Amino acid sequence: MQTYYTDLLVIGAGLAGERVACEAAQNGFKATCLSIVPARRSHSSAAQGGMQAALGNCAKGEGDNTDVHFLDTVKGSDWGCDQEVARLFADAAPIEMRRLAHWGVPWNRVVPGKSFFFKGGEKFEKFEKKENEGLITARSFGGTAKWRTCYTSDGTGHAVMCTMDNRCAELGIDVFDKKEAISLIHDGETCMGAVVRCLRTGKLEVHLAKATAICTGGFGRIYKATTNAVICDGGGHIIAHETGIVPIGNPESIQFHPTGIVPTDILVTEGCRGDGGTLLDCNEERFMNIYEPDKAELASRDVVSRWMTHHMREGKGVKSPYGEHLWLDIRHLGDKHISTKLREVDEICHHFLGVDPRTELIPVRPTQHYTMAGIRTNKDGAVYGLKGLYSAGEAACWDMHGFNRLGGNSLAETVVAGGIIGNKIVEFLSGYETKIDTKIVASEVKRQEERIHDITHGRNGKLNVYDVRNEMQEALMRGCFVFRNKEGLEECVSTLQGTMEKSRKVALVSNGAGPNHELAAALKLEGQVRLAMCIAQAALMRTESRGSHNREDFPERNDAEWLNRTLAYWREGADMPELQYEDTTPVFELPPGDRGYGGGTIIPADEKYVKDRVIDSPVTEIGKKK
Amino acid sequence: MGRQLKFEIFRYNPEVKGDVPHMQTYTLDETPNMTLFIALNRLREEQDPSLVFDFCCRAGICGACAMVINGRPGLACQTKTKDQPGKIILHPLPVFKLIGDLSVDTGVWFREMYSKTESWVHTSKVFDPKAKEERMDNEVAEQVYELERCIECGCCVSACGTARLRDDFMGAAALNRIARFVVDPRDERDDEQYFEIIGNDQGIFGCMGLLACEDVCPKGLPLQNQLGFLRRKMGITAMKQIFRKK
Ligand SMILES: Cc1cc2nc3c(=O)[nH]c(=O)nc-3n(C[C@H](O)[C@H](O)[C@H](O)COP(=O)(O)OP(=O)(O)OC[C@H]3O[C@@H](n4cnc5c(N)ncnc54)[C@H](O)[C@@H]3O)c2cc1C
Ligand code: SF4
Ligand code: SF4
Ligand code: FES
Repeated sequence: MQTYYTDLLVIGAGLAGERVACEAAQNGFKATCLSIVPARRSHSSAAQGGMQAALGNCAKGEGDNTDVHFLDTVKGSDWGCDQEVARLFADAAPIEMRRLAHWGVPWNRVVPGKSFFFKGGEKFEKFEKKENEGLITARSFGGTAKWRTCYTSDGTGHAVMCTMDNRCAELGIDVFDKKEAISLIHDGETCMGAVVRCLRTGKLEVHLAKATAICTGGFGRIYKATTNAVICDGGGHIIAHETGIVPIGNPESIQFHPTGIVPTDILVTEGCRGDGGTLLDCNEERFMNIYEPDKAELASRDVVSRWMTHHMREGKGVKSPYGEHLWLDIRHLGDKHISTKLREVDEICHHFLGVDPRTELIPVRPTQHYTMAGIRTNKDGAVYGLKGLYSAGEAACWDMHGFNRLGGNSLAETVVAGGIIGNKIVEFLSGYETKIDTKIVASEVKRQEERIHDITHGRNGKLNVYDVRNEMQEALMRGCFVFRNKEGLEECVSTLQGTMEKSRKVALVSNGAGPNHELAAALKLEGQVRLAMCIAQAALMRTESRGSHNREDFPERNDAEWLNRTLAYWREGADMPELQYEDTTPVFELPPGDRGYGGGTIIPADEKYVKDRVIDSPVTEIGKKK
Repeated sequence: MGRQLKFEIFRYNPEVKGDVPHMQTYTLDETPNMTLFIALNRLREEQDPSLVFDFCCRAGICGACAMVINGRPGLACQTKTKDQPGKIILHPLPVFKLIGDLSVDTGVWFREMYSKTESWVHTSKVFDPKAKEERMDNEVAEQVYELERCIECGCCVSACGTARLRDDFMGAAALNRIARFVVDPRDERDDEQYFEIIGNDQGIFGCMGLLACEDVCPKGLPLQNQLGFLRRKMGITAMKQIFRKK
């Protein structure tokens, strides 16, 4: 058995993971990153839009500052976020973007003079100042008061990922790809590293470390329809949750995007609707204008997804071999607009659908997009329950997104949190020594070997891995999607209980030798069903609607009872998650109020509760300095 | 619609004793908008779970799924079956180390490339968190980005005659990487330092200029221009060095 030793073991080499590793390496510690795929293929590279930071350099970003960014983030979260964390984030974001520029990111820059932009299909003019020439510029994104999204053409995630990975190479950080962590090594108090499966050979390895950070991204793949890469399957969440002492924060908080293409659920940008595209049903008729006469297609992500689902339930969906969908129509925007402003949409339509969006309709449906849910940490990124264990990025519930994250805020989170949490890990590591109990290591390896042996030899049953996985994915699609209600969630929980039983009885069809995928899928199946169950059970209990969590039977946001965060534990041997609750935020810099979009009524929180926690803010609610 | 597709897939699992490379045939009913991503996953989930291949983003942006599709290197996820004949022959990329079936080790190859090319901005400046960012011309930024669009799929390397003949040839992706830093004003390396890295047969002078690389690049990177640009630049640097020695 190969054993590796390092100061900091980072599981996951996306932007968050590599940023954490850089911080440790810069401070003289040995850092090692593990990744299922070569680091640059991590899902971070798929983000095109950009990342938010209040630099305020461009004309439409004038007057922007970190206070306004903080306010947008808290409102965006539907007051579901930790406000101390949102503050840390907004304040550090501009520094972090400049650091990325120093490391090599080719950010787009301010070009002085007159230029045009589109809003709601209309053309407007803007003037960039000469004195700002060459500073980092920004574009517009939903839910923000100012143009704040820094970008590099249409490949922000890719460009930043390249730079970060280059930085790791420069610092001599070991980044091992085709390595999948399958369990944590711990003694119930301290984390000591992980058991890892090599995806080249299929062999197990041990990686021991003084500190471990889980940065494995989101788990969209437990849903059938998702914009996420195939490796976003919850591996990191599962190994933490499986310890029985680490909770998943706000599992019910999952974001859906209205326009994934059918069949592959690849994302086509919100820009299509922003620029005047419309949604059509099976009769090729518009419907959003019926449900939302004011905003129509331009209502927020969660609202549009809800009405699309509703409309399909009314029998107005288009039937296809891949299930029902609706149409996105951008034909009327014309050739020039499509081949310049929507270049990437044009390419996606061409490559994946064989459709020309100038003359044909694009098949779309709402699809899972982002997991606000995650491994619960405190504001230092330290995971609840285990010493020496940290988490950052989409994998974590650090909690600056609450119940809805804003576009451009998650890519920014990866590097900002990576920096802050990396720094806290450096503090932790400084002068820290640990003892590794080899008995614990050996017994954890043995446990994994036995699991693999049992699955390969059909010791527990003979069920098909992919059938059971499909059952889980479909249960979530039915019960825990855009709309939720009591009956649907109860049915989902009871279906998943059956699925859980089945997940313990799977066996391989193949022999499982070498870099076998069926074995990888089997090893995480039960953990995935547990995550699914946490979502369903937490959603059933939360009798209100907040951000992306929408209960048809409880349409109000209920601050009186639900201004809190769910913590879902899975105790050893249990068949159901144990739900606990903690205060959403220790302080209110911005007391609960109206988001200003999405409609709905609010049941206010107890006045005294809020008042006791209000702290002084440097800004008023509309972002003006006091 | 309604075609029955025949797949001939290269099979070899080095971890199984006695396994020998061979081709295996599968059939599958074609559905509308089917891509090789959909087809291969269906084959694995419904017919043969031992099949090894790589996908990640399945959206043509990560470079994981490059393979030889009916004789030509390309991205499997953005290949539609309807653009292929009824018989689809799949091989792993040559040049890279084989992991199993259609999966090759691009990760290690590219990581070695980063260290050979020292793929990072070389600067003596220290980052100051309190200062505003250094200014940059937007056009230059866009130029750098255009060269950074490489997704490290490896198609260019596997299509390259030189790379097939000699293991130590850097390939178009590495030379493109150098070009990326040459145009970046933040990188303080001079031509002679670049010459150290690529001014030899493993680098720019090994390239035969047949341009198979650019033909297969799924991102349409201007590899031809970059090779020409570097060859001229390195030629001049070589001349300078010869004259200086005299
Ligand atoms: C299509 C799309 C577009 C997006 N666009 C934007 C945007 O414009 N702006 C924005 O702010 N956000 C955007 N997002 C969200 C954003 O991209 C992600 O939230 C963010 O990149 C996550 O980064 P990360 O570092 O946390 O994880 P990832 O980049 O997902 O990296 C996860 C890493 O963990 C590794 N890993 C996973 N499991 C294991 C395991 N068991 N063992 C070892 N390694 C493992 C993976 O190999 C990978 O290296 C978008 C998301 C999608 C899906
Ligand atoms: S032009 Fe040069 S790098 Fe490109 S394929 Fe030919 S020999 Fe290889
Ligand atoms: S240059 Fe093109 S073909 Fe070569 S690795 Fe990069 S993207 Fe692939
Ligand atoms: S899977 Fe990412 S490019 Fe094909």
